[in-house]
Amino acid sequence: MDKTSFQNLTRGLIKENPTFVMLLGMCPTLGVTTSAINGLGMGIATLFVLILSNMAIAAVKNFIPDKVRIPCFIVIIATFVTVVELVMSAYLPGLYAALGIFIPLIVVNCIILGRAEAFASKNTVFQSFLDAVGMGAGFTLSLTTLGLVREILGAGSAFGWNFAGSDANTMLLFIMPPGAFLALAGLIILFNKFIKRSAD
Amino acid sequence: MTSYIMIFITAIFVNNIVLSQFLGICPFLGVSKKISTSAGMGGAVMFVMTLSTIVTYLIYNLLLLPNDLTFMTTIVFILVIASLVQMVEIMLKKLSPVLYQALGIFLPLITTNCAVLGIAILSIQKDFTLLQAVCFTLANAMGFTLAIIIFAGLRERLARTKVPAALQGTPIALITAGLLAMAFMGFAGIGTH
Repeated sequence: MDKTSFQNLTRGLIKENPTFVMLLGMCPTLGVTTSAINGLGMGIATLFVLILSNMAIAAVKNFIPDKVRIPCFIVIIATFVTVVELVMSAYLPGLYAALGIFIPLIVVNCIILGRAEAFASKNTVFQSFLDAVGMGAGFTLSLTTLGLVREILGAGSAFGWNFAGSDANTMLLFIMPPGAFLALAGLIILFNKFIKRSAD
Repeated sequence: MTSYIMIFITAIFVNNIVLSQFLGICPFLGVSKKISTSAGMGGAVMFVMTLSTIVTYLIYNLLLLPNDLTFMTTIVFILVIASLVQMVEIMLKKLSPVLYQALGIFLPLITTNCAVLGIAILSIQKDFTLLQAVCFTLANAMGFTLAIIIFAGLRERLARTKVPAALQGTPIALITAGLLAMAFMGFAGIGTH
């Protein structure tokens, strides 16, 4: 793999991590991460839409008039979101119910429109695919981490496996709304201190 | 009548759209540095949200539901909202330059505000009548405005204090939002009896 492809693939993981560095897609990040599984599910749903929409937009970019490109992008993204919505409600009804309103709201997730506008509308299908995989993986990883931290602190379990026992005194606050803000703030501090600095 | 009052109290305080539903976080974090701009954003959201809920509610019940097209909800709603925002912008510019000056710069941002699409979808999911849906939307928009104005007030004070280096920027804003969410948790339980 040549150097640009590798850069496009790995950019989203740390250097331009959508959650911890760019602060994009904050609503699902805070809203669904009450457990690691929910975070992972939301991340994968977004990853799927991001890959397909990035590739589709890169493929048709030359046919779209510049003036109406944003509405066109939104229609393409909304189509793939509907696909995800229908597939999820059919095969993963539990996760679909847990993620709720945030599944249709993938349409307005700024990561997806942002990548369409900033990357896919200027690059080839293959490079857009790599970019989407990197960004989507970065998003999934961050959401799963945040979900895992909140689940461990708030419910005493990890990926649904309860290690603390059912009568443990856990910090319930962390699976409640304020905990989302506090846990994300803590993770951003750690990310800036350890991961981003060592990557620079 | 009480049910309408309950809709307002629940949406503004108990299930605040920003602090407990996590919709509209982007403008909440992004345009909350000054009280005056956040009040402008709140006004714009209130205006667009109410209008878009009425339009999407009618489209859903008169067009999508009778024709068995409910799977198109997401696509149709986002297109309607995007074009509605554009139309409001053009009309405001012509009809009320004063209002346009106050709300104009916030309008393009609102298309990607997930609160607008979120509330439109929620009003459908909750099986409201049109009047209830309008009340629900207005109440949520008021909740948004209340949260963003309080948050902007806190951030204005925060800008003049010494923040530890590690917390500067986003982390301290998130912690402040977390504390605000904690305060709003005090309303939990109202209206559940």
